[in-house]
Amino acid sequence: MLDVKAGDEQSFGLLLQRYRTPLVNFLYRMVRSREQAEDLAQEVFIRVYRAREEYVPSAKFTTWLFRIATNLALNSLRDHRHEKLEISMDAPVIADAEDGDEKPFEVADKHPTIEQKLVEEDRKKMIRRAIEKLPEKQRAAVLLHKYQELDYSEIAKILSVSESALKSLLFRAYESLRIELAPLVARGGTK
Amino acid sequence: MSCERMENRILAYADGRLKERDRAEVQKHLDDCSACRVRATEFSSVSDLLDELPVVEPSPAFDVRVRARIAAEPVKQNWWAWLRPSPRMAFAASMLLLATLFVGSTKIPETAPIPPDQADAEMMQDLSVMEDHDTLSNFEPLKELPPPVDANGADDDQQQM
Repeated sequence: MLDVKAGDEQSFGLLLQRYRTPLVNFLYRMVRSREQAEDLAQEVFIRVYRAREEYVPSAKFTTWLFRIATNLALNSLRDHRHEKLEISMDAPVIADAEDGDEKPFEVADKHPTIEQKLVEEDRKKMIRRAIEKLPEKQRAAVLLHKYQELDYSEIAKILSVSESALKSLLFRAYESLRIELAPLVARGGTK
Repeated sequence: MSCERMENRILAYADGRLKERDRAEVQKHLDDCSACRVRATEFSSVSDLLDELPVVEPSPAFDVRVRARIAAEPVKQNWWAWLRPSPRMAFAASMLLLATLFVGSTKIPETAPIPPDQADAEMMQDLSVMEDHDTLSNFEPLKELPPPVDANGADDDQQQM
């Protein structure tokens, strides 16, 4: 980031390359819309670019980056809350249109049967729904902790809470997930 | 350690993020508390389940869109940027230097001093005028004459008559 601050355009390209996937994933799991997640991720990069001259390395770059992303995601969820409620009430039978967009890194069985595929899809859908049901701040905490593997201190800074409050937030989130995913957890959490 | 105090540590324990000393403390509690032991196992299972979600790749046009937006960003012009080393600044400085050298090297034509003989000759030419001035300014009868009459004052006297 310091190279970007010094006007090195190539370094900005490296930042883009390195952080686009984690950012899009985080935002996708926060807002549950791929298109919106990409728009927000673009906005994060634009804000980083605009703020490059004022950037002071007082905290880790990832903390700063995900703080911008989290704030944008929370604002977006707040702005679209009314819209989402309308959709869910008007369309009770809704297929998860974005499920097909996700490309797993690896497939356990190269030739799964249709039944296996359906079971697999249901399982993933259940996990996604469980995350989606979490209150926004708990969701952000879980995503930053689990998928970005950030330290407690970093996540606490991103969410503007104390470290002890964050641990409590995560505990409550995992308690909810444990209840929500009970059918899968009872089987030992393995496939 | 109480079950309440476990709240802040149980997830870190399940994720393997606890320091060795804290881990031993938690382990000791889990050996004695079946409820916390079940919870720790289930937290670990939840964590494994979260790993099952696939990674979403950004669309191929993502980079292009970001770069296009950055290219459309207005360029911030800082006044002090003029002082930073740049080709424009170097050109301006060299032009200024060249102009200074040019002006410095050009000789200003000086007025030639008048030779002493010529000065004396010129003074001798004007000598008669200077003598007349001296004569008139020291002429006694002229000093006794009344001061010149003010034109306005003269008009007033005529009106009174």
